[in-house]
Amino acid sequence: MKIVKIIALVLLVALVGIQFVPTTRNQSNTVLETDFMLVNNVPETVQKKLEVSCYDCHSNNTQYPWYNKVQPIAWFLEDHIKEGKAELNFNEWDSLSNRRKKSKLRSIIKQIESGEMPLDSYTLIHKDAKFSKKEMNEIINFITILKDSL
Amino acid sequence: MKILKTTTEILAMAFLALTVMSCKDIKKENSNTKGSHSEMNHNNSDGHHNSDKKEMVMDNNQDDDAVMILNDYFNLKNALVSDDEAKAKEYGGVLKQSISKLDISKYNKQEQEELSDIIEDAVEHAEHISESPMPHQREHFKILSKDIIDMVAITGTTTKLYEQFCPMYDGGSAWLSMSNEVKNPYYGNKMLKCGKVQREIN
Repeated sequence: MKIVKIIALVLLVALVGIQFVPTTRNQSNTVLETDFMLVNNVPETVQKKLEVSCYDCHSNNTQYPWYNKVQPIAWFLEDHIKEGKAELNFNEWDSLSNRRKKSKLRSIIKQIESGEMPLDSYTLIHKDAKFSKKEMNEIINFITILKDSL
Repeated sequence: MKILKTTTEILAMAFLALTVMSCKDIKKENSNTKGSHSEMNHNNSDGHHNSDKKEMVMDNNQDDDAVMILNDYFNLKNALVSDDEAKAKEYGGVLKQSISKLDISKYNKQEQEELSDIIEDAVEHAEHISESPMPHQREHFKILSKDIIDMVAITGTTTKLYEQFCPMYDGGSAWLSMSNEVKNPYYGNKMLKCGKVQREIN
């Protein structure tokens, strides 16, 4: 029993300890001129949905709930955001060439249609990030028109 | 006592989560070192290649880098034709390397701009193909094919190529082939003959 107590204590110390490891937060106050919403004429409903469902991982600004500031969850999240932004960053949209934009828009459509995005691990907690059938149609229609206009 | 047990359980779970996290990092590091290693090998072998290429370019003005890219593209295409996901992954990775090595310095400014745009896009699609299941590979192959077709329009080709077209896949999709016989990379065995030659490229 004594060993269990010691192990528990060690783990507790470790768990508290890692809270002090600094992490970089994905947060920025400036809105870039290249932002998707600024350079495109996005309908309000689509804009809201994209911000709620996509911008946490695909922009320079993440809305962090409190539990996402606790380690080791924060580390896990940091990894995700890094990957997401490398793939697509809505804030830097207009710095892409037309070829790249088309490519990205096509991928966005495929990912949403197939239900791969938003990730299940994300919608599990962010229930409001899920797409209803109507919202999905609305977004895909908008993205398709945008893609064909390029 | 019960409280102690619960606490231990919670802490054990936290510990497990941490271990998993650190494992993930290590794995990543490993694959990173592996990646750079194979890249180095590639570079080495390419050292010879480059000197060969210069002579060839002077001789008959062909772009050897583009020939390599086409070669890897056809390997990838053939893997998709034969429904071979593992091979397609492998050749996707190879193609990614060869595309990123395309030397654009001998083209004029406008061509350089377009080529670097094509490279950036194509590299990304090749990378996705190297790590995705087959349906995804085919989605990316469609856009990759468009990139390669546009690249050939600038670099030219020494061998005759056939641009083929399947009207059924994703609202109509094109690809390149060395032969005029249609073998569909978007459907493989399911609809091997679907499509037609829509253009010959010399």
